[in-house]
Amino acid sequence: MAVKVSIPTILRSHTDGQKSVQADGGTVAEVINDLDSRHSGLKDRLVKDGGLHRFVNVYVNDEDVRFVGGLEATVSDGDSLTILPAVAGGMR
Amino acid sequence: MARYDSLLDTLGDTPLVGLPALSPAPDVRLWAKLEDRNPTGSVKDRPALAMIEAAEKEGTLTQGCTILEPTSGNTGISLAMAASLKGYGLVCVMPENTSEERRQILQAYGARIVSSPAEGGSNQAVAVAKQLAEQNPDWVMLYQYGNSANAEAHYRGTGPEILRDLPGVTHFVAGLGTTGTLVGVGRYLHEQNPGTQVVAAEPRYGELVYGLRNLDEGFVPELYDADVLNRRFSVGSYDALRRTRQLLESEGIFAGISTGAVLHAALTVGERAAASGESAEIVFLIADAGWKYLSTGAYSGTLDEAAQRLDGQLWA
Repeated sequence: MAVKVSIPTILRSHTDGQKSVQADGGTVAEVINDLDSRHSGLKDRLVKDGGLHRFVNVYVNDEDVRFVGGLEATVSDGDSLTILPAVAGGMR
Repeated sequence: MARYDSLLDTLGDTPLVGLPALSPAPDVRLWAKLEDRNPTGSVKDRPALAMIEAAEKEGTLTQGCTILEPTSGNTGISLAMAASLKGYGLVCVMPENTSEERRQILQAYGARIVSSPAEGGSNQAVAVAKQLAEQNPDWVMLYQYGNSANAEAHYRGTGPEILRDLPGVTHFVAGLGTTGTLVGVGRYLHEQNPGTQVVAAEPRYGELVYGLRNLDEGFVPELYDADVLNRRFSVGSYDALRRTRQLLESEGIFAGISTGAVLHAALTVGERAAASGESAEIVFLIADAGWKYLSTGAYSGTLDEAAQRLDGQLWA
């Protein structure tokens, strides 16, 4: 299950500056474990107390994984996984 | 009744309009709640007025007071209108990468603008506003991200209007910013019918906006309540622009760019419902019209060019 993972600027110190990397796994948790084995330290930044860090959002094909199973959300071959920090965003 | 004693009295009771051309199937229908038909042309008139009235009732906001708010646009414009009618001063803290139209409108209403750095987007505006509030204890910060009157305005107004006009509503889709609209409307609709699906469309910006120094600088609005949401989508500027133009071309509605992101999420759930043979009545919220975004180039040239121009801009 190869997926494309896009890495936000703030975490690129773990990926030698790469914006996007490949990883394997059938769930979000497995993808994160695989990422961590290739880019040491990433898991610690993303996961806290067994769940996603409060200010980290993870999307599989643009859908927030917190609403489709969290770390156990399924990931399929060819999916894209996007990691973003939670920010206040735009024009309010 | 179309006669009102003042502009403020025209708030709310906005039209709910069917979208026959964009609806995915005969029994999967899309409905647009036209919140641009509010006094200053955006959904933000609802929370802005509700927050002012709540502060007046509590006695924290009195004649001659100065209101302070981190806002990159619509909330500021709503507050500026109400402040000028009610005799308050207004200071808006807004990121420097917001559209020129917004600055001009705010200034025309007599608001003072304090700019915050583009890097970090509204996160920085919130931080600067909190500093200013400490330095100016006599200013009143309404703070839309944490003011319960924001969500309350939608719980009491927008939500009941939707259910009154479309008792069979199955989905509600809106943009996720302060989270007031989704939390307020969602809570109301869930109470009335627990099976209603509440769907968030979150704008995904260029990298500049996510430029935090560390993750602990992240921000989740105090109003946010994940339990009210059923699904949440992140929509990039290309899809938002594509849908904004589609809405204009197919249904004649000239909406702002954030509405394109919301329509994208509404069509995603609608197309899935149609594919699995379910029927659905999907209401999505049009936050404002397109006028304030003309200078961004969103409505001209190719989609790729327009998306390029929006990179690094706060478009929702």
